[in-house]
Amino acid sequence: MDGTMVTTAAPAATNLAVGNLTFGEGVLYAILGMLVVFFALVFLMIIIKILVKVTDKKAQKAQAAAKIPAPEEAALPEPVRRDDPAPGTAGEIKLYNTDPKDAAMIMAIVADTLGKPLNELRFKSIREIKG
Amino acid sequence: MENIIATLGRLAKTSGFYGIFTDWRQIVMIIIACFLLYLGLVKKFEPLLLVGIAFGMLLTNLPFGNMYNPELWDLYIANGQAIETLTPELQAFIAEHGFVFADGVVNLTFTELIHAGGLLDIMYIGVKIGLYPSLIFMGVGAMTDFGPLLANPKSLLLGAAAQLGIFIAFLLAIVIGFPSNVAASIGIIGGADGPTAIWLTSKLAPDFLAPIAIAAYSYMALIPMIQPPVMKLLTTKEMRETKMEQLRPVSKTQKVLFPIIVTIFTCLLLPSVAPLLGCLMLGNLFKESGVTDRLSDTAQNAMMNIVTIFLATSVGATARYDRFLNIRTIEIIVLGLLAFEFATCGGLLLGRLMYRVTGGKINPLIGSAGVSAVPMAARVSQKVGQEANPSNFLLMHAMGPNVAGVIGSAVAAGFLLAVFGG
Repeated sequence: MDGTMVTTAAPAATNLAVGNLTFGEGVLYAILGMLVVFFALVFLMIIIKILVKVTDKKAQKAQAAAKIPAPEEAALPEPVRRDDPAPGTAGEIKLYNTDPKDAAMIMAIVADTLGKPLNELRFKSIREIKG
Repeated sequence: MENIIATLGRLAKTSGFYGIFTDWRQIVMIIIACFLLYLGLVKKFEPLLLVGIAFGMLLTNLPFGNMYNPELWDLYIANGQAIETLTPELQAFIAEHGFVFADGVVNLTFTELIHAGGLLDIMYIGVKIGLYPSLIFMGVGAMTDFGPLLANPKSLLLGAAAQLGIFIAFLLAIVIGFPSNVAASIGIIGGADGPTAIWLTSKLAPDFLAPIAIAAYSYMALIPMIQPPVMKLLTTKEMRETKMEQLRPVSKTQKVLFPIIVTIFTCLLLPSVAPLLGCLMLGNLFKESGVTDRLSDTAQNAMMNIVTIFLATSVGATARYDRFLNIRTIEIIVLGLLAFEFATCGGLLLGRLMYRVTGGKINPLIGSAGVSAVPMAARVSQKVGQEANPSNFLLMHAMGPNVAGVIGSAVAAGFLLAVFGG
């Protein structure tokens, strides 16, 4: 760490905006700044919309392909249905500011409301939101 | 006997109790530091940051502690200048510390700075080079879910509109006579994003770091009091009652691609914003990828906590009595409040426009969450919305503009640095 610090940056341009600005110049920079922010975020919005469309289309195609049964599969006998629910549960749940007892109660309420057994639901995390 | 008395006299003169009465402003700063500690510890105003800031402020104002020496950083910046052109205070500092510069030109090496500096000078290096704010952003990214933004990309417009406060405060600062670089740093308080404010100010106006950081964090903590009156003023009851449709689900692929795309695009548009947004998106990629859980956990817990300690303490240390207690500090505190209010107005006004355009499908209250301050501003939208209509649930809808505000304020900071960075 001897000597001077070395930093790399884009080629420095002479900066005319440093120092005291008049009100008029300030207004111009403020408008320019808002335009840059809007331009960046609107462009980002368009990119996100394209991203969402492309990925959704791909997901739909994949789903449609999965629905068409392959001829070999169609010939196979139907798997035996289990009426009893799958035993046990798997996975981990993250709790943030939530008591395990409260979490268990919340999961039970959700399962009851949806009418599904707990082992068919996947809870990722439970977080307390202070209003 | 005389020797003992002389020794005792010398000891007394090197004691802080003697030193503290040499300048009354030190006592005022100690009282302010204790008041901020009270706000953090008892009132719980952003305690994770305010406690560190207040304690740093306390340490730096205790005489003879030699914890932080802003003159050293001034000298480092003044490298290459003739000594006679420096302020009398800096010239006295050079004489006091016995620095010898050839040809009467300042040439302070980094090694000399570290040798002469105190503990907080060394911690301050992370602020000076912009390390801590960027690392904090990495932790924030690892904790942020951009799902609501991806589900409703229009939220980005609200995040952009809420940056109005930055540029209005910048203009007001120009009007009352601040130089452009300081005005830009004051304006960024309106971004309601502490790390961004610290990052920009440490580069544009390091002498004003303490009041700007304190204003930014204090107002972020006070958002539940600052925003609701403006929200009620700029919206009708009918607007506040608006219930929004449930957000569409967002796929994992979209969540993983989002940080990569944002980084490429924003860093190409404004390279100066790369340290902040790059780290924010890297942290988010750790979270969403599903294959770097350990890194995500470290970024949002251990690393975040360590950096918060360093950042808060060293920022607080910059509030030394001779640099903090002046009329400029009061002006900055007032402008900071105005910046927050105008930022809220910007988001709400565009929210109103979107309410009209969509035929009442968007609740304008989510616009106020565009000021960043994640997740406090979104909670305020939820609270005010629920007051108007108890069955209203705006939290997830407000999280979209809220995280868009983080990106928006970083873009605004990048713009200000590109324009006003010397």
